[in-house]
Amino acid sequence: MIPTAWYLILAATLFVIGGAGVLLRRNVLIVLMSLELMLNSVTINLLAFGHVLQDLRGQIIAIFVIAITAAEVAVALGILVALLRNKNTLEVDELTVLKG
Amino acid sequence: MEREFFLLLSGVATVSALLVIVARNPVHSALALVACLVQIAALYVLLGAPFLAVIQIFVYVGAVMVLFLFVIMMLDVRKESQRRYLKHALLPGVVVLVILSGELIVLLTQSTKLHAAMGPGQTITTQPSVEALSLLLFQDFLLPFEVASVILLVALIGAVVLARSEADVTPVRSRKDHGEVRR
Repeated sequence: MIPTAWYLILAATLFVIGGAGVLLRRNVLIVLMSLELMLNSVTINLLAFGHVLQDLRGQIIAIFVIAITAAEVAVALGILVALLRNKNTLEVDELTVLKG
Repeated sequence: MEREFFLLLSGVATVSALLVIVARNPVHSALALVACLVQIAALYVLLGAPFLAVIQIFVYVGAVMVLFLFVIMMLDVRKESQRRYLKHALLPGVVVLVILSGELIVLLTQSTKLHAAMGPGQTITTQPSVEALSLLLFQDFLLPFEVASVILLVALIGAVVLARSEADVTPVRSRKDHGEVRR
């Protein structure tokens, strides 16, 4: 039997790696991919606790997380394509339209 | 046997997650993320959630990553792959990450409530079935399920509207105007 702490450590590791991608990378696409990674690590936590406590609600919430992620990615990539049409760059520090 | 599987899968997942961050080419990042997501799907099977594993493969690897790869193909990524990291945000970003990871380590090792909840990892005899999952989803969580379908519809329409170019929208009206002028 695998200790639950192992799952939590793996999820924390993946979360920190995803956070590093969000904070440090320059490319918008890779920032979005790192966000996916962080969401997946949270899903691991949900399923691990659901498994230990024998509660199916963990899996239910994980299903909703996946559904919302699919919607989020579709909108984010739509915004990205619209943004690139106006401003021909993929670098996050040059996308300062809202700041002025 | 389960522990060896866990160590193998989590090791590959961690290495491919690091590859996502380090790779120069966004296509390589996307493929490394696909590898990582497949490993995580296998971990879901170990966690007694085979349905979630299949959904993970379908939605993430099948839909989301293909969408990413399509966008990468549409865009010109060669120019941006020269410099990988933000220059100004490097120091504050690393500081934030060190604080975050320290916080997570303290939380995982020191919290007594968490240890009480986790226990030593007892053997679980009854595997939850997909039938029980669907009964719970369509009885207790029916309203969130319907709301999620509305959210997906809104996201679909929003993505179509956002990705449609201005050239597709305006010329229709101007063409009509020109036609009227000519008449």
